[in-house]
Amino acid sequence: MTPFSQSKKTRLYERLIEAGGSMIEFAGYLLPVRYSGIIQEHLAVRSTAGIFDLSHMGEFFLQGKDAGRFLHHLLANDVLGLTIGHICYTPMLYSDGGIVDDLLCYRLGEEEYMLVVNATNIAKDDAWVCERLDAFGGEVEYSNRSDDYTLIAVQGPRAEEIVAQVTDIDLSSIKHYWWDKGQVGGQRALISRTGYTGEDGFEIYVDGESDRIPIWDGLVAAGKDLEMIPVGLGARDTLRLEKKFCLYGNDIDRTTNPLEAGIGWTVKLDKDDFIGREALLKIKEAGLSRKLVGFKMEDKAIPRKDYPIFAGGDRVGKVTSGTFSPSLQVPVGLGYVDIARSKVDTAIEVEIRGKRHPARVAKAPFV
Amino acid sequence: MAETRYTETHEWARKEGEEVLIGISDHAQKELGEIVYLDVTVGVGDKLEKGKEFAVLESVKAASDIYAPISGEVTRINQEVIDKTTMINDDAEGAAWMVAVKPTDMAEFESMMDADAYKKAIEEG
Repeated sequence: MTPFSQSKKTRLYERLIEAGGSMIEFAGYLLPVRYSGIIQEHLAVRSTAGIFDLSHMGEFFLQGKDAGRFLHHLLANDVLGLTIGHICYTPMLYSDGGIVDDLLCYRLGEEEYMLVVNATNIAKDDAWVCERLDAFGGEVEYSNRSDDYTLIAVQGPRAEEIVAQVTDIDLSSIKHYWWDKGQVGGQRALISRTGYTGEDGFEIYVDGESDRIPIWDGLVAAGKDLEMIPVGLGARDTLRLEKKFCLYGNDIDRTTNPLEAGIGWTVKLDKDDFIGREALLKIKEAGLSRKLVGFKMEDKAIPRKDYPIFAGGDRVGKVTSGTFSPSLQVPVGLGYVDIARSKVDTAIEVEIRGKRHPARVAKAPFV
Repeated sequence: MAETRYTETHEWARKEGEEVLIGISDHAQKELGEIVYLDVTVGVGDKLEKGKEFAVLESVKAASDIYAPISGEVTRINQEVIDKTTMINDDAEGAAWMVAVKPTDMAEFESMMDADAYKKAIEEG
């Protein structure tokens, strides 16, 4: 582990501290796990709005004549099907179908793309992209600009009302998973209608040529009367979990494939070629042996990552994510279970500190 | 009110009559955030052993073990706080005591930190 004092600070660090952030180390950065409280922050995003500093996320840029063709080969989703202004969510796979990372791919221009990758995977993804690019050849210019970028998210049903106050961009014209460029808080920025909360909302990307502070301050001021509050990593996790959005390192990783993780819709097996395609075709033909399901506990015990799951006395899987659901006020989790136990309403048990607690496979997203 | 003593692992203990009440410090609850589950793994009549875990707290984010600040026999368990864990956030060092014990050796209690020493320990991190 990196000693606490060596962790990086985002360019908004002082603002996060002033807002009352309880800082932890995550992906090499000092980031707020919470401000006022995870439950309160979570409920604010569901009912009004929350603001997040997500500057730890990674931004990769690819351009050149063959950039699109390379990404179409590198990523499982239909990159060549993207028009300028459009974004897709996609896994990046190993040739055995395991997951390198899950990411967003933005088509920025005719021959220009941005990938937004998980903070914990920046170094690994960077090495993977370089390696695959070497093997692919072609005219592609690649740069990892993660350290240069600030990412601010405003999420919640009132997000548009708030962001609209500080931008000249017509937000109503940005559809879900599209982006536009313009001024935000008097600075140049890229805004997309994306997020990891399951609510309407925006993600605002700002590079080194713009000043980030006025953007954050402008958004905070605009959100004040609409009860927007700052939100930390704790609520970011509970918000995504309630929507069954996968978290890399928990619900998906090198040992899982996108079909069993329930994100098969992002994998375009009818594309003629992409890394992992052959393996996934075989997995699909053989049939899945397990599936990522959501479950609700039937008592108050909280399931956590790696806890074993049982059904009818047999071990049938393990928990990959678990928490107390602030919206439902019950403990919920995600986990892989044998395909035979994956139907909604199947009774299962989660072993928590040596004791088995009753749970039931539930429809997910939970809310 | 009788004097409250503290451990480095953020439990508190307070003598009340023949019993010593045990809970987690106000500082600890602030660090943990909202407590959503308390699992007291001992029952009335069980022996607590100083330094051994006797309960697990779950915040939204993570589980934390709670260690016995002194040894003794469990005389009562606070069912109210198990049923309503928000009490720990509201009144950690008062109504949200977790277990009461009949202490084996009061010298263990006497050797715990007093409020000033605990405050200093927190500040020094």
